[in-house]
Amino acid sequence: MEPMRPSPARPYSPAGQRQQANLGDILERVLDRGVVIAGDIRVNLLDIELLTIKLRLIIASVDTAKEMGIDWWEHDPWLTGRDRHLLDENRRLRHRLAELEDGVEPHVPIRGRVTEELPPEGYGRRG
Amino acid sequence: MADTGIYLYAVTLDLDVPHLDVKGVANRPVRTIIQAELVAYVSEVPLDQFGEEPLRRSMEDLDWLGETARGHHRVVAAVAEHTPTAPIRLVTVYSGDDQVRRLLDQRHDDFVQVLSQIAGRVEWGVKAYVHPTEDQPTPTAREPAAPAAAGAGTAYLKRRQAGLRSREDAWRDASEQAQRIHHALTALAVASHLHRPQDPQLSGRSDWMILNGAYLVDEPRSAEFAAALDGLRGPGVDLQLTGPWAPYSFAELDAEAPP
Repeated sequence: MEPMRPSPARPYSPAGQRQQANLGDILERVLDRGVVIAGDIRVNLLDIELLTIKLRLIIASVDTAKEMGIDWWEHDPWLTGRDRHLLDENRRLRHRLAELEDGVEPHVPIRGRVTEELPPEGYGRRG
Repeated sequence: MADTGIYLYAVTLDLDVPHLDVKGVANRPVRTIIQAELVAYVSEVPLDQFGEEPLRRSMEDLDWLGETARGHHRVVAAVAEHTPTAPIRLVTVYSGDDQVRRLLDQRHDDFVQVLSQIAGRVEWGVKAYVHPTEDQPTPTAREPAAPAAAGAGTAYLKRRQAGLRSREDAWRDASEQAQRIHHALTALAVASHLHRPQDPQLSGRSDWMILNGAYLVDEPRSAEFAAALDGLRGPGVDLQLTGPWAPYSFAELDAEAPP
């Protein structure tokens, strides 16, 4: 793929965006970044955080990725900050979720259940 | 309106409200909700797709997720073309306009602060790949040849050990290289974020991704940033610049909800 050249004159050209942005780039931005709003939203933040993490697990569970040592950055101190933050956040959210499901704070609107189980082996692969 | 929800894409100041022609998620038209000097860009979406329970299923359907992500991004990019934009996380759905208005009222100061930080700036994404097999030194270049007397098994083990070691070396080299690139680019940016390298399934490439960075750059310095990136190109490492993006990586409100 050719390296992208910036065009400062029209920085957000939608046509350019469609050409440049592949789905992986878009997905990691819209799922992992952007403003998260806590509060009385209909689709609960906790659910989405957990779904996002689950999705990442699905994507990362590809055998070839493991063979390539795809977890290398977890041993690389300069890249682990965010991951550690994510793990902590995940732990905190699970804890909070458990509290909520136990009815500690029943006024917070959470409906349904969130599964914490990993998907079955091979789940999410597309052939 | 019990069967529709209000899907929120982005928030901006109400200084320059563009008329948007793009379709959003589920091919829905986009409209604005203006409140407290802020603008929310929203679509009405069917709750049989975007309600809590349906989302649980659809978020795991990669085709649906991909379409929805593209729709979301299309709107965010179109808005960001006109005015500083705070992109909202995917599938943030409210039950009505009133809730969105309340959000804009309550988080007014936070949004204004975020928007002032990103005004006049763009996000560039930089990914660096290496091709491990090309650059890896052959084991024989680093290891003395196995003694002639040693059996085939010993020779195999030695080769294998050397292969593993050179793989580790390659990772270390790649990591140092990524660090150098990141530091050079950070010097030209207002802020930077390192993101997790993408899985090959997501990147669509089998090369090792050694850097996945986001850089918030003053718009007039974009050309300088790109030139610096060109200067960092070299044999064995493939640098890819994407963007400019709406500042997805640099729009964060405080996590706590107001009381």
